[in-house]
Formats: sequence, structure tokens, C-alpha cells
Amino acid sequence: MKSEAIVSNTTQIEARSVGKTFGKFHALRDVSLQISEGEFLSLLGPSGSGKTTFLTLLGGYEPVTRGRLMLEGQDMTSWSANQRGFGMVFQGYALFPHLTVAENIAFPLKVQKRSKAQVTDRVAQMVEMVGLSGHEHKKPKALSGGQQQRVALARALAYEPKVLLLDEPFSALDKNLRGQMQEELRRLHRDLGTTFVFVTHDQEEALALSSRIAIFNHGELQQIGTPDEVYERPANRFTAEFLGDINILSLDAEAGGIAGTPLELPASATAYEHVAIRPEHMRLAAAGDGNQLPARVRDRVYLGSKSRLLLETRAGEELMLYFDNGPGLPPPDRGAELNVVWDTRDSFAI
Amino acid sequence: MRPVLFLICPVLLFLGASYLLPFLGIVQLSFTDPDPGLAQYGRVLTEDLPTGVIWRTLRLCVIVTAVSVSCAYVITLLWVRGSPLVRSITELCIMIPFWISVLSRAFGWLSMLSNRGLLNTWLQDLGLIDSAIQMTRNEFAVVVGMSHYLIPFAVFPLATAMRNVDERVLTAADGMGASRLRIFWQVFLPMTASGIMGATLLVFVFSIGFYVTPALLGGGQSVLVAELIYLWLFQIPQWGMAAAMSVVLMLGVGGILFILMRRYGEMAK
Repeated sequence: MKSEAIVSNTTQIEARSVGKTFGKFHALRDVSLQISEGEFLSLLGPSGSGKTTFLTLLGGYEPVTRGRLMLEGQDMTSWSANQRGFGMVFQGYALFPHLTVAENIAFPLKVQKRSKAQVTDRVAQMVEMVGLSGHEHKKPKALSGGQQQRVALARALAYEPKVLLLDEPFSALDKNLRGQMQEELRRLHRDLGTTFVFVTHDQEEALALSSRIAIFNHGELQQIGTPDEVYERPANRFTAEFLGDINILSLDAEAGGIAGTPLELPASATAYEHVAIRPEHMRLAAAGDGNQLPARVRDRVYLGSKSRLLLETRAGEELMLYFDNGPGLPPPDRGAELNVVWDTRDSFAI
Repeated sequence: MRPVLFLICPVLLFLGASYLLPFLGIVQLSFTDPDPGLAQYGRVLTEDLPTGVIWRTLRLCVIVTAVSVSCAYVITLLWVRGSPLVRSITELCIMIPFWISVLSRAFGWLSMLSNRGLLNTWLQDLGLIDSAIQMTRNEFAVVVGMSHYLIPFAVFPLATAMRNVDERVLTAADGMGASRLRIFWQVFLPMTASGIMGATLLVFVFSIGFYVTPALLGGGQSVLVAELIYLWLFQIPQWGMAAAMSVVLMLGVGGILFILMRRYGEMAK
């Protein structure tokens, strides 16, 4: 399920060959991408991949070393964070510990010298929006992690920024609360139409929330696209392995297949060395199926509604698939010899 | 008896023998010398000389605390948040005073501030003043000397508080467009309030019992409580008065400590 907010086709932010070095360390190399108005873009990658660095460059909290950043056609590369006027939710929230919830939300409004009545109105509106009514006069320490998160969101959105930047906002929350906050973030995005740029290392979170995902590794942008694009048509091995589970098998050029078995392969296979298939696209073969690959069951993990089978090809490569524990045959035992099958269209060469 | 409590006994015995017993002796003296009863306390709390000294002590200690904590705040700011070079220089300036005895420092200030001292000589050589300005044997000298001694002590609680400030909070305030002045007064200063409280507590309690610095730099012109006790012991012996004054000082410091500690506890919450 993707966010249903209307994403216009107007480019709001553009990064042109942006690079950042800290001393001799290249934190970010040659990143070019465009962010459309109202979109929910996730920056996804393992730690140290450069995703947070890119966010701080976007926000204007660090100067870029190379390249340009454009905002609605204007060059904002040299603008300060304040001049860009984006909202930012920091990792760990960065709330003012000595101020109450209401004072925290009011802070940016007071900086903008809005009238007292305006500030009071807006604070009340924000408190209501993030569901913190009744907690206005508490200090951050008296709030739970989820509530602190809401204050941070309210504070960042109080002055109606065009763009909201979020740096791993849910990393400190437990799993249930995480799901709940993700739901609320989606609602906020839908209601406000603000552009959200969201840093996360949680791939499920990125898939569930985003209109597009930008995948980073080693300071480089690996791929950018909608969740189904990056999941179903990964641009390279890193993206394929980083998002979800995947079976990667070496091509056997001699046999024109895998592990000595001739198989029907994706058209582009000749140019590559491996073929990749998602476990959910694989099943155990029945008589008469095409594209059968013999394998032996190495292990079986019972997961309730399904079982996870760990198999080994004749070439000794591992592959994994799910077996539905429904009516019908019981799952095969360890050591069983069997064939797996998949549709050529669901496989791709990498 | 738990082993930990058992092991702590020697310390308790030592403290009891070296502090508690003599103190009880002083309490006894304060009620008996020269006459049994509360007469000594009555005199300490009503006569002009002791009450004047008590008020002067309180007033000077408040000034010294304010001066020390303010200076220490600026120094700590440089030490914790300055560039690496500024940091190492400041660190040296904080550590060096600890290696110099309180006596040497008081004499140092005397040679600096006295009528024929460095400062007056320079000012006269530069033609800025005609005759020497009186800068010793008065409260000014006492405040300078005491503050100079106490500033390094105020630095440590302040440094702890400043190091605990989450950098991202300041970045957040900056990103929202708050000026540096606003960030300092409305974010950084309140976030280090517990350190200010701790430093105030430490400096004030230290300053009340000060003897050497006020005695030397005050030159008998601005006598503080500790010096008065000394006078009553060795110059114009009235041991009962000295004892009563000691008990009053002790209770006063204890009371202030109690109030400030409670306030500090509330802030730390």
C-alpha cells in the first residue's frame, strides 16, 4: 500500500552531482536525483551508506563539497538551513528538554515573530493534529517515546514547511508503536500534501510508506524508483539483496542453464553471470512443469501458516522458498530430492 | 552485619575522632565559656562587630559567587566548545591555578594590586593616573582574590552540564532560524541550569569559610567570619565567642546547603 497523496509531476528539489567529503572520506559521491512536489521519498540504505549525509545536505545543515542543489528552479546550494525553511525531525527528536510540549512547538513560530494569538492558535492546532491534547504542559521527559516523536513532528510542521525531512524518526520505537506511527505519518502526508523525505534503514518501512525509494550504498545512489520498481526490477545485485529475500544462482554457460540443468533464462542472461529469483516466485515443481531445477532439502523451518525450505542445488548453491502449510501434501523432509520451478518472467539476470 | 558496612567502620571511627569529637568540644565551649548558658550566642547575634562581620561575609560571598560563576561560565564555554587550540589553552589556564598554593596566589595579587604594585606602576608610567589607586586592603581586593581562587572549582560542574547538552538540539534551533543570541539565552543557558546551580552551591559554601585570601588582601579592613574567629582565638582571646561563631557558621552553611541541594534535586528531575 502506497501513500495516496497526489504526487504532482513538478520537480521541487533537484540534486545535481552532489558530493560530500569529510577529510579524505567520501561520504557521498555524485548523487543526482529529483524530488517531486508532494512526494514521499525514502532514502534507504545500510548504516554508513550516505543516506543521512544526503538528508543533512538537503536540509542545509552541512555544506556540499561538490555539485548543486536546486529548489523550484533556484540554486539553494549556499542557503542556510533557515533560508531553505524545511522542517526537520532529528534522530533522537532533539526536543528542548527545558520547555513544555506547547513551548517546544511554539519555538519556531516565536522565532518567526508571529503574533501571540497566531502562535497560540497554531500550537493548539498542531497539538490536536498529532493527538497530544492534554499533554501541552508536560516536559519531554514526562512523555513516552511515541509522544516525543509526535512533538518533534508537530514542531517541524508548525510553520508549514514545503518540505519535511525525517532522519530515522522511528528507530527508537518498539515494533508495535512503529507500525502505529508509520500509519500516522502516512495520514499526515496525505492530509498535508507536504513533500516528505524520509531516511530509514528499514526496508519494510520504506516499501510500506514511500511513493519512491532511493537506495544508497557506499555513498552512491544505487537506484531510485517506486517500491515495486526497485523490488521487482532491482538495478544491481546490491539492491536485489538489500530489499527482501532473493535467491541468486550462478549461470552455467555450458549447459545453458543452472548447475548442469538446461533452463529457460531471461533474455539478458548472456551478458551476466547470475540469475536472481525472489523466493515468493518459486515453488516446488509438479509433473509437467517447465524450467525445473533439481535440488535437495537442507533444512525446513516451520513458521505456522507456511514453512521456509532451505535447498541446495547440485552446484552446492543455496536457495530458499516458502511452502504453504495448507491442505494437500505435507512439506518435504530434510534430505528429500525434488525440483523447483519458476516463471522465466519473474527471474532476472544480474 | 553486612561486609560492606563492616569495612566502612575505620573511616567512620577516624571521622568521628578527628571531626565529631572536636566539634562537640566546640559546642560545649560555646555554651560554657566564660559563663554557662546562651550568653555567647546572644552576643554573637546582637553585638555590632559580629553581626556586621556576618552581613559583610554574606554580601561578599554572594558577590564572589556571582563573579566566579559568571567568569567560570565563559571560561567553560571556551573550554568545552572552543576550537582545539582554544581548548588546550583554556585547559592549561584552568589547571595551573590548582598547582599554586592559596598563599602564593594571595601574595601574587598583593604585588599586582598594591599601591606600589605592578598595575599602579604601569598606569602611572602610562600617565593614565597621577597617584596610586587604592586597590588592596579593601573589599575589591578580597573579591578579586577569592574569585580567582574559586573560578576553577566552578568550571567542573559547568563543564559536565555543557558536555551533556545534545548538539542536535542546538542544530534544530539553528535550523528553525533562531539567532545565536536567542539560542544561547533560550536554549543553551536553560539547558545548563543544573550546572550553574551546582557551581553556585560549591563556590558559595567554599567562600563562606575563606580565611587566607580575605585576611591578606583585606588587610584587616574587611574582616570576614573566619578571620573574626581567628582573632577571637589568638589575638583577643574569647574562646566562647569563637566557638559560638563557629557553630553559627556551621549551621548557616548547613542551612544554605540544605536549601540549595533541594532546589538542585528538583532541577535534576
